[in-house]
Amino acid sequence: MEAATATRRRPLWLTALAPVAVLAVAIGLFVALDAPGLDRIGVPQEELVVERTVLRPGEIELNLRNDGADPVQVRQAIVNDGFVSFEQSDQEIGRLASSEVRIQYPWIEGQAYEVILLTATGVTVDHAIDAATETPGADVGFYGLMALIGLYVGVIPVAIGMLWLPWVRSVDPKWMRFLLAFTVGLLTFLGIDALLEGTELAGEGAQALGGATLVWVGAVAAYLGLTGVDGWLRARRGTPAGESGTGERAAFLVALGIGLHNLGEGLAIGSAYAIGSLALGAALVVGFALHNTTEGLAIVAPVARDRRPRARTLILLGLLAGAPAILGAWIGASAFNPSLAALLFGVGAGAIAQVVVQIARQLRERDGGRLEPLSAGGLVLGLVVMYTTGLLISV
Amino acid sequence: MSKLWNTQVSRRRLLGGAAAGGAALPMLHELVPHRALHGSATDAEAAIEHQRAGHRGSGHLGATGRVDARRNGFDPQAMLRDFDEGTVRGGVREWEIVAQDREIEVAPGVKYAAWTYNGRVPGPTLRAKEGERLRVRFTNGSSHPHTMHFHGVHRDVMDGVPGVGPGNIAPGEATIYEFDATPFGLHHYHCHSTPLAEHIAKGLYGMFVIDPAKGRPQADELVMVMNGFDTNFDRSNEVYAVNTVAFAYMDEPIRVTRGELVRIYLVNILEYDLVNSFHLHANFFDYYPTGTRLEPRDFTDTVLQGQGERGILEVRFPYAGKYMFHAHVSEFAELGWMGFFEVTE
Repeated sequence: MEAATATRRRPLWLTALAPVAVLAVAIGLFVALDAPGLDRIGVPQEELVVERTVLRPGEIELNLRNDGADPVQVRQAIVNDGFVSFEQSDQEIGRLASSEVRIQYPWIEGQAYEVILLTATGVTVDHAIDAATETPGADVGFYGLMALIGLYVGVIPVAIGMLWLPWVRSVDPKWMRFLLAFTVGLLTFLGIDALLEGTELAGEGAQALGGATLVWVGAVAAYLGLTGVDGWLRARRGTPAGESGTGERAAFLVALGIGLHNLGEGLAIGSAYAIGSLALGAALVVGFALHNTTEGLAIVAPVARDRRPRARTLILLGLLAGAPAILGAWIGASAFNPSLAALLFGVGAGAIAQVVVQIARQLRERDGGRLEPLSAGGLVLGLVVMYTTGLLISV
Repeated sequence: MSKLWNTQVSRRRLLGGAAAGGAALPMLHELVPHRALHGSATDAEAAIEHQRAGHRGSGHLGATGRVDARRNGFDPQAMLRDFDEGTVRGGVREWEIVAQDREIEVAPGVKYAAWTYNGRVPGPTLRAKEGERLRVRFTNGSSHPHTMHFHGVHRDVMDGVPGVGPGNIAPGEATIYEFDATPFGLHHYHCHSTPLAEHIAKGLYGMFVIDPAKGRPQADELVMVMNGFDTNFDRSNEVYAVNTVAFAYMDEPIRVTRGELVRIYLVNILEYDLVNSFHLHANFFDYYPTGTRLEPRDFTDTVLQGQGERGILEVRFPYAGKYMFHAHVSEFAELGWMGFFEVTE
């Protein structure tokens, strides 16, 4: 009897922790005894991924991550068929750890280089530099330039797109449905684009960090996170679940989703600029402007039927959607990491998926539970417009 | 004043050496500018001599760090002048050779799982005199089958190829190769088990010198085996060298004496690349392909050798200083096959 009482009185959390404690002890013993009964076969698996390349006059810096199962020791560096002097931050790079290698080499602007790192066991890690160009230094001028690019491709086009608001407000309800469907179409395109671009970036990063899984984890987390935010907003305003509620909330979610997408776009632009593969110029800015102006339309479409929205709200929505491009460009150009970028693209895709579901719900309510031909047409047109304007961009 | 010619003593010593070298005296007259022979250095040389005092050790493109010769078990410096004449027993010159698997360091910090003869790459430089009877007791202490295939003239059963005579020698087994030292010249030996390129590339090779019956003129003799290592098994070499260790003679130049005859035994045992070459800076040498004739075929500063090709170089350095030598296949040079001679009085 007494024992049973004691069991009942033991705090519940302690019971939950017991298996964790047993696991910790088991792991400790297993490691201490050097995995009894399990003998390794084969040779060490040495894999390194170059996450970032920084070129300074007379120097090539590679940021490495150990992508394999075993520690790696870089012992020699070869540039274009010749051993070169180098320094490294770590004599041994542990699993998943990162390290820097700085190679002294008189590289020439615009030329291609092949860098080979030779490990202690003779394994080679190849890294191609397609066209050498000095990596911009992280000074005020550089951050200013990245801010300007972010402004051009993110904030300004979105703001221009929002100028459709007065027209949207006065348009026939039938055409309003068409516009919402158009918005769903272009957001769907952005979502697909983010998933694919994220997957591509994940391929360049360390596979041990998750690879393409990062994109999907990011997407699902963002989708669920935004659904939670939406539910919280509804609860606060007392809107019953399942009803669309105010357009302002929908507009906020659209702006947030687009903002996360533009963060990814900024990353891509910034990193391309840093490695010199970005053709900065009118074509790029014009392409992004056309591409992203439609995003402004997507933000204002949900608020069209509301009472007159406040200017402050509209400005904040515009900044929420456009300004992350600036932040993305900063990160992309100064601390690019393909795995992080892949995760962010996934987050963008998940956010957009959530917004698509929101607007699609509104659309269905207005369509009376069916997809009208006009709405279907708007959806397809949205996809086509995004695809076509997307052709103008190449990052 | 050029340091080289400023004393009677050094001139006499040089002339003496040249006379011993036979054809070398006219060579030196061709080689050394008349003005230098008679005393004065050029103004440009004087200016550089003046600068030299202040500058030392400007960085070169090369490997980072140094190879630990002691841990490797062989020192490229010692290897240069290490000739193994074996032991003569009952009129037969004998060697004991053991094949061993051994991890060696081919460039600073870069390990290579080599297959070796007597624990070193290249294997010992076996040296005999023309016409002698030779006996090589070969034991395979490696975990793979191997042979010893000698270049030279001998019967098929002593050729060290699989399927003929003793054929492949299994791990733990031993055999005896016996043949006569002929013809005189510079030859080599290597494993002939299949896959052939791999058995050679992993380090199973060495130099085999047969001196002519009457000998060669007295000289400072150097062994240079041009080799390379495919560290990542892609059938192309990552590291190139002469005597295994990349840049070994950049870090520590080969010391030779000004005016003295230097004889270089040069073998190209490189796999996966078709040709290799040897280029000497600021000097010319007599070249005896395969060393089987006593007259030089060439007076040049660059020789090209295909796989398995070899030859003897004879040279005198007229000036003190540091003189580079390297493969004029420049890609090999910067991947390790590059070094210096340091010529002193």
